[in-house]
Amino acid sequence: MSNKVPVTATINDEEKSFLCEPRQSLLEVLRDVLNLTGAKEGCNNGNCGACAVIMNGVLVNSCLVLGVEANGATITTIEGITPKEGLHPLQQKFLEDAALQCGICTPGFIVAAKALLDKNPSPTEHEVRYWLAGNLCRCTGYDKIVRAVLDAAAIMRAEKQTA
Amino acid sequence: MTTVEVEKTEARTNGKHFKVIGQRVIRPDGVDKVTGRAQYGADVMLQGLLYGKVLRSPHAHARILSIDTSAAEKLPGVKAVITGKDLKPGEDKVAKSGESSVNYSYLSQNVLAQDKVLYHGHPVAAVAATSIHIAEEALALIKVEYEVLPPVLNALDAMKDDAPILLPNLRTRELGEVVSDKPTNVASHEQYARGDLAAGFAEADVIVEREFHTNTVHQGYIEPQNGTALWNADGQITVWTSTQGAWDQRRDLSEILHVPLSQIRVIPMEIGGGFGGKFPVYLEPLAALLSLKSGHRPVKMWMQRDEVLKATGPTSASVIRVKMGARKDGKITAAQAWMAYEAGAFPGSPVSAGMGVIFAPYKLDNVQIDGYDVVVNKPAAKAYRAPGGTNAAFAGETVIDELAEKLGMDPIEFRRINAAKEGDRRADGPVYGRIGFIETLDAIEKHPHYNAPLPEPSAPYMKVGRGVACGFWYNWDGKSSASAVVNPDGTVSYLEGSTDIGGTRASLAMMLAETLGIHYEDVKPMVGDTQTVGYNDGTGGSRTTYGSGMAAYHLGKEIIKEMKQRAAVLWEVPADDIDVEGDVYSYGDKRITFKELCAKLDETGGPMSVSVSLDTKGAIPALATHVVDVEVDTETGKVNILRYTAAQDVGRAIHPSYVEGQIHGGVAQGIGWALNEEYYYDEDGHLMNASLLDYRMPTALDLPMIEAVIVEVPNPNHPFGVKGVGEVPIVPPAAAIANAIYRAVGVRMTVLPMNPRNVLKALGKI
Repeated sequence: MSNKVPVTATINDEEKSFLCEPRQSLLEVLRDVLNLTGAKEGCNNGNCGACAVIMNGVLVNSCLVLGVEANGATITTIEGITPKEGLHPLQQKFLEDAALQCGICTPGFIVAAKALLDKNPSPTEHEVRYWLAGNLCRCTGYDKIVRAVLDAAAIMRAEKQTA
Repeated sequence: MTTVEVEKTEARTNGKHFKVIGQRVIRPDGVDKVTGRAQYGADVMLQGLLYGKVLRSPHAHARILSIDTSAAEKLPGVKAVITGKDLKPGEDKVAKSGESSVNYSYLSQNVLAQDKVLYHGHPVAAVAATSIHIAEEALALIKVEYEVLPPVLNALDAMKDDAPILLPNLRTRELGEVVSDKPTNVASHEQYARGDLAAGFAEADVIVEREFHTNTVHQGYIEPQNGTALWNADGQITVWTSTQGAWDQRRDLSEILHVPLSQIRVIPMEIGGGFGGKFPVYLEPLAALLSLKSGHRPVKMWMQRDEVLKATGPTSASVIRVKMGARKDGKITAAQAWMAYEAGAFPGSPVSAGMGVIFAPYKLDNVQIDGYDVVVNKPAAKAYRAPGGTNAAFAGETVIDELAEKLGMDPIEFRRINAAKEGDRRADGPVYGRIGFIETLDAIEKHPHYNAPLPEPSAPYMKVGRGVACGFWYNWDGKSSASAVVNPDGTVSYLEGSTDIGGTRASLAMMLAETLGIHYEDVKPMVGDTQTVGYNDGTGGSRTTYGSGMAAYHLGKEIIKEMKQRAAVLWEVPADDIDVEGDVYSYGDKRITFKELCAKLDETGGPMSVSVSLDTKGAIPALATHVVDVEVDTETGKVNILRYTAAQDVGRAIHPSYVEGQIHGGVAQGIGWALNEEYYYDEDGHLMNASLLDYRMPTALDLPMIEAVIVEVPNPNHPFGVKGVGEVPIVPPAAAIANAIYRAVGVRMTVLPMNPRNVLKALGKI
């Protein structure tokens, strides 16, 4: 039967302790154990990016990480990107620029884009496209997604200057 | 964005400009979707939830000799196991489902195999257990004995006299009638014909004849199929799922499970893409049966990506032969097509839709189109965005381009000479209403892209070329219902029944707000389910903004009628004498706004709710012209898309951003189909590339920005001029790219995908 392992991780700035089976992926733990269903399962083998989270500062596909590997880690999911008030500039620009249609890939794109802008606040269009090539979207043709990320980057740079 | 407004619908709007329509408002479901809070099908959690998994056939074609589920049933945590024996056969009858039709005998066999498996991945059993991992372990304990049969994997082989037969009872419907009792894989032969083909070809100065082959491709939605079902102790079945058509699902479940419609409630959750592929049921009937068998516990199922690729969708591979002739003055004198589409395991390829698409943009006096629906050992073909259209246009528009070239004419000018207009009859019968085909040709001809010099090749072995192609899609109107509650604070709660895949809650709410003269933000839209709102045809066929938009308009008109009654009570005057201008209701010098009147609902008759149910008519087809610049690497055969511009007649863009989005998305899928995507089977019929690494859909890095040119030739049959938008953008890309490759390297591509292998073959390099 199940041999569950205790795991403690900082998820979205909250310390979470949970039991998980060694065979459960971080994605499964997030969704089924912690009820953080913003990370989506699109392929479960690292090809679509819908389950992207930031783990210890690194963008990862949570379907390729085991739940037990999260022990001691700091993880940010789409739920943690949303500020207490209003929306993150990426979220705001995805809405204003109509950068989503069905929306299933959107959390992954926003998480991935945040990881990009954390490292590179002024990406070129090519850099955005290159970075986001690990996230599949079948609805938008990426046009409005790339624009939204570039627009959000500009806003975040302006905010930083005035801060 | 560029907008080319050809006509204004002044007459329909009393000469006023729109207040809401044409704005780029924020979609009402947007915040939930950018914060991860939106509830998609796989996010459903219920008390006592079990998890279901499907055991699938490892063979493309085999007889099931025996299934032993005893070991699986004994595994702790397993609550139910089902096989084909648990499913009463479906009736041999056909109903319309989304954009295609469905035969319940076949649908039932597709959901769970009976005596034969017909494709790699065909479901043979299913398990419900307390965890997904236990369910997976249980699958490994089910023993199935197969007698493996030879598979047939393409239409031409399947049409041969000695081909292995998939369905022993299948007989060809030859122009609508069964004329032979010979077992066959050809489900039907249909034909559209008009005029005198021989005379037409005799009149031609130039004739082009070619054969095209296209491969199987998948819709590629990012959200795998899912379904959660509760078969309750009182016999009521509730299904939470990701579907384009909740009412289609309810009917399909009723037929497959042999349960009355009234016992089934289908709740459409947020949907992660569909493109036609999320009309059919796959998991839902299994989840329901497992729920029944496990003592009425809810069962959730969702597919892994390899299951999605092996066993859902896809759309047809095809073989298309085209012969066209034209005079020196550019007039097409005859056009003939022979089209064989793979249906997959059960009849139902979109060949008849493809037959209607192939020459649709042109006025033809002499035409004959023959189509064959052919079963092969691949998954049952399902609708995919403009079903059958991309393959058809790839063939037709390549030959059109070659005719233009042989006549020394500009490809746009050649098309303009032959372009269909309002009043012209299509080969498949209908007469065109106010289409805007020529307007799209004009838009591209005038566009800076078409007039710019070709980009410089990035290396000596790189060749660049520019190609043009056009496309047609029928567009659907269909049935829509909606209801509304008028609130005392001046807002309107609006319940509609069209699954929202790409922002239709916004566009529908905009049309209701426009009708009522109120702010968009004061309309609160919500998607209902089969038990909370009237019948709606599914979100497909590019119908939602048209048909459900018309329902929104009529709902608004009903609200206005009621509001006039309330003002009449307030002022003690006849309701018919009250004028309505925007949100202002007036009688003589008395005036009251919609919002003010809402505050007086209680004193003028109490709460207010209205509903409408319509069978809408009057959809008008969409036409599009695309231009693309490509760069061909003559050493590797790789094709890069440098620039892409798509002009499309949309009738009226309600929310321009989401109209552009539909065009972008359709073009991107078309590019994937053109350059990369294909099902790769080994000779035994195993799908070898059932992952998103190997089934290669375009990434952000593969595409440039895509310019959408919105052309507005309003549909006079719609209160706001709407024509369907979603499907036609996928029709021209493969042909446009093929034509661009020809201009770059001088070879005609007749095979999809135009991947490095096939381009190098065409160049004679391998």
